[in-house]
Amino acid sequence: MKAKTKAKNEMRLVIPSNSANESFARSTVAAFMAQLDPTIEEMTDIKTAVSEAVTNCIVHAYKDTIGNIWIEAKIYDDGRIKVQIKDRGCGIKDIAKAREPLFTTGGSERAGLGFAVMESFTDKLSVRSVVGKGTTVIMEKRVAQRYRHDS
Amino acid sequence: MSVIFERSDDTLTALLSGEIDHHTAAEFRESIDREVEMTKPALLVLDFGGIGFMDSSGIGLIMGRYKNVTEYGGKVRVTNAPPMIARMIKLAGVGRLDVF
Repeated sequence: MKAKTKAKNEMRLVIPSNSANESFARSTVAAFMAQLDPTIEEMTDIKTAVSEAVTNCIVHAYKDTIGNIWIEAKIYDDGRIKVQIKDRGCGIKDIAKAREPLFTTGGSERAGLGFAVMESFTDKLSVRSVVGKGTTVIMEKRVAQRYRHDS
Repeated sequence: MSVIFERSDDTLTALLSGEIDHHTAAEFRESIDREVEMTKPALLVLDFGGIGFMDSSGIGLIMGRYKNVTEYGGKVRVTNAPPMIARMIKLAGVGRLDVF
């Protein structure tokens, strides 16, 4: 079994599912990620993926209510960032269906691209969900290791 | 966020600026729909030149305006889309849209 790698730094954030917090959540994770010295594009990818996951919590998990969203981010020596976004909302009945591009239950103004974007903009995406209990999304991306000041 | 409108002949150009997410998309939508409703342009140009960030809510915003405008026979064009936005439009496979 592969040994569990220890994160070199981590952060946790709990926010209520107010849509005004979408911008706060993605900017916070991006600011934390800056320690990996990512390119603007790598940072934008993570910002976009976090924005999608948090929006899912607001639009779907806590559709008619306000609940907490737990965001945890870890960075590793090999340049990886791992972001976990968790809610205790309604859960997803059919994860495979929810992950299909253009599938949405969010109405005509929603593109149904949330999971497709998370998948496309990160290296790894896992979704765990229990109906009535909530959903946890874990995303991972490796930032290209360029010139390191500490070498 | 802000939207500045420019009108010439039958074309309405909406110069969008700021960030587009699920929260701000509602404000963009209301502002554009109000102007479109009043002027019924033959061509609605959505200019993304001033957009610094956009998630898939921006695609929803484009698709929704496309639906509204084509319903009365108008056209929609997306212009000045930064590479990130162009990438998402491609991901969405919104091929019928005019994107420059």
